[in-house]
Amino acid sequence: MSTAALAQAATDNGGPVGLSEAIAFWILGPMALAGALGMVFARNAVHSALWLALAMLNLGALYMAQQAPFLGFVQIIVYTGAVMMLFLFVLMLVGRDSSDSVVEAIKGQRLAAAVLGIGFVALMVGSLARALFSVTPIGLGAANGVPSGNVAALGRLLFTQYLFPFELTSALLITAALGAMLMTFPHTRTTAKSGQRATVEARLRGARVSPLPGPGVFATANSVATPALLPDGSVAPESLSEIIETVPPSAPAPLAPVDAHALVGADHAKSDRISSGEEAQP
Amino acid sequence: MTPTYYLLLSALLFSIGTVGVLVRRNAIVVFMCIELMLNAVNLSLVTFARVNGGLDGQVMAFFVMVVAAAEVVVGLAIIMSIFRARRSSSVDDANLLKY
Repeated sequence: MSTAALAQAATDNGGPVGLSEAIAFWILGPMALAGALGMVFARNAVHSALWLALAMLNLGALYMAQQAPFLGFVQIIVYTGAVMMLFLFVLMLVGRDSSDSVVEAIKGQRLAAAVLGIGFVALMVGSLARALFSVTPIGLGAANGVPSGNVAALGRLLFTQYLFPFELTSALLITAALGAMLMTFPHTRTTAKSGQRATVEARLRGARVSPLPGPGVFATANSVATPALLPDGSVAPESLSEIIETVPPSAPAPLAPVDAHALVGADHAKSDRISSGEEAQP
Repeated sequence: MTPTYYLLLSALLFSIGTVGVLVRRNAIVVFMCIELMLNAVNLSLVTFARVNGGLDGQVMAFFVMVVAAAEVVVGLAIIMSIFRARRSSSVDDANLLKY
């Protein structure tokens, strides 16, 4: 849509619709229709969301053509910006390949829905065309006010005549935000969180005070699959994992002199002794 | 051309949204169809404001937008919690209160 058409529409003071607005309508209207149809018929939910964004963009431009520039921009910012982004976000969370089942839950439901839709269209279009086709619009030239414009006029109306509903919407928004937080919060915890004191008491009264041996750390490897070895060279049973298949400890396990350094691999023994500072004090 | 064409477009969009609500099974797409119906009503409100020469219709459309935003937030939260509980976002699977 060209800016000239917009400007012409914005200064329109009623009467029949001008040519430029008609051109804009016949471009934007079919595109909005195409977006709506694409949303209903797209198999993929993400494609549906993008088609709906197209329809909403065109509707926003149509608002601007109808002397409602504030609503047009709010439509584009709030709907195609925020709401559709929220939809896409939830689609990605829920799993975008959760596509529709082709099986009809109720027999003949699609056909009935199509018949109902066509009947609804016929009723609405027929009655609208009969009742309202010869209407000449008054136009918003006087209501918008020439110096202040649409935004200021809307603001004046919102903060005087519609002040109470406007305040109610703030309560509505706060309630919606709280409700969304409550509903998406995972209520999985059923008991109270145990504190530090309760944890310590439970441990001291329990069967084992010390922590479980870490698997493999003091033996020949760092792997979780390697069991920890006790000082006599046997495998510590608490370090065996229930999930991971345990690899038997390799070479140095059987040689086992009763010496702490026997737990280190034979070829690493010397370097370990150096690094632990044993040679620094002869 | 008269502004009635806007109303006809609005009626068409509303009916497409209705058919979408009836036909689609994915809860999120059903929700998008409801959004389309709200938008169609907004278009007719804006057109009526222009025909009548007053800004009240535009204020109504503004309030519809606010309510729609709140509705989207709560509805998507409901869909999320249903999905978390049942691992599905299809409207056919939420049938716990059926019998």
